[in-house]
Amino acid sequence: MKRTLLLAAAIALAIPFSAAAHKAWLRPSQTVLAGSDPWITVDAAVSNDLFYFNPLPLRLDGLMVTAPDGSTVQPQNQATGKFRSVFDLQLTQQGTYRIAVTSSGLAATWEEDGKPRRWRGNAASFEREVPRDAKNLQVSQSVGRNETFVTNGSPNYTALKPVGEGLELVALGHPNDLFAGEETRFRVLVDGKPAAGIEFEIVRGETRYRNAQDEIRVSSDANGEFAVTWPAAGMYWLEATTSDDRTSVPQARQRRLSYVATLEVLPQ
Amino acid sequence: MRATVLFAVSGLLTLPAYAAELQVNVEIPKLNVAEYHRPYVAIWIEDGGQKVAANLAVWYQQRDTAEGHGTKWLPDLRQWWRKSGRNLQLPVDGVTGPTRPVGQHALKFGSSQPQLRNLPAGDYTLVVEAVREVGGRELVKIPFSWPAKAQSASAQGSTELGTVTLAVKP
Repeated sequence: MKRTLLLAAAIALAIPFSAAAHKAWLRPSQTVLAGSDPWITVDAAVSNDLFYFNPLPLRLDGLMVTAPDGSTVQPQNQATGKFRSVFDLQLTQQGTYRIAVTSSGLAATWEEDGKPRRWRGNAASFEREVPRDAKNLQVSQSVGRNETFVTNGSPNYTALKPVGEGLELVALGHPNDLFAGEETRFRVLVDGKPAAGIEFEIVRGETRYRNAQDEIRVSSDANGEFAVTWPAAGMYWLEATTSDDRTSVPQARQRRLSYVATLEVLPQ
Repeated sequence: MRATVLFAVSGLLTLPAYAAELQVNVEIPKLNVAEYHRPYVAIWIEDGGQKVAANLAVWYQQRDTAEGHGTKWLPDLRQWWRKSGRNLQLPVDGVTGPTRPVGQHALKFGSSQPQLRNLPAGDYTLVVEAVREVGGRELVKIPFSWPAKAQSASAQGSTELGTVTLAVKP
């Protein structure tokens, strides 16, 4: 029960801790569309099986949708149920939309009267809520991004410009132009700069109907790049985590970075 | 015959003054299914790098329905959509048209028509892609070279397409 609560708390902040191996994801109903203003719907959940709803919804607090012209647009009909969150999006522009749930926060542990204390929050609440003289204080910062892409009509790149904070993945090509049997190159960025040696785990969905995860593990090379040849069509989940010491709060010694993308690969 | 020989020589130097022609015959097969909808079909020419050199024909539902305009399902012609369709302003004059019924559909494209007028010399592939609502998708290819040398070839579809033939007439 306590683990579940902790897990729920961790996921509420969308911080994937390695202890909780659940996968957080966004799954769009369609990634390649045509029309003047078609709709999509997006599911968001945290699960072991991809892409099934169990056990937790993904909180949509940090949801941001970037339109093809770079502006921020509002999703509609947002709801969070027992197992999943959901929202609709009308694609009123031609081009590529970036749909992301981002998170950033601080976690602290310390001892008080001989008992361990745990705390989560942001830089402002850290000042207020964590005692200055806390004993054995350990603070870590986290920056997470969980995203997917959909294109109405001809793809464009405006919304795909790197944000420049945390871990990001850039498709060298286009993330809505992936086909089975073809190779796609990616560049991994940390704070907007190419990052070497970041390992990605890539898993195709429908894991419930096979006996192995069949995950692909690849690491970025000296230029921060890696290549994947998609073995089959499907919805793919890509995740990487890393950590560094570039924290924005002096008490935090470590910054945890996480990134997830859901990408659709079409058959030939 | 004499003209052919002459062309064989002159064709190396310039485009022929008279019209060469691509004759494409596409069969939409009769299918024994409970729910039948006419397929969306795209017919195009690809160059050696698999890039679209010319769109010959695209057949899709031209009407609005409660579910949306017929263009909504064009991305289901996956390869055509990726290589050309998504970058086009639809409809395209002389290329797009309504869906066609079961049967043989004979199309002719002259070398002076917009589709072929600016086609550089080289090896090409005729590609026919068909996709049907609540049905399947199929793609057949026939290679040919341009400028036209007398050539004919056919390819057999197995599900959504019947026989596709290409006759190149110099």
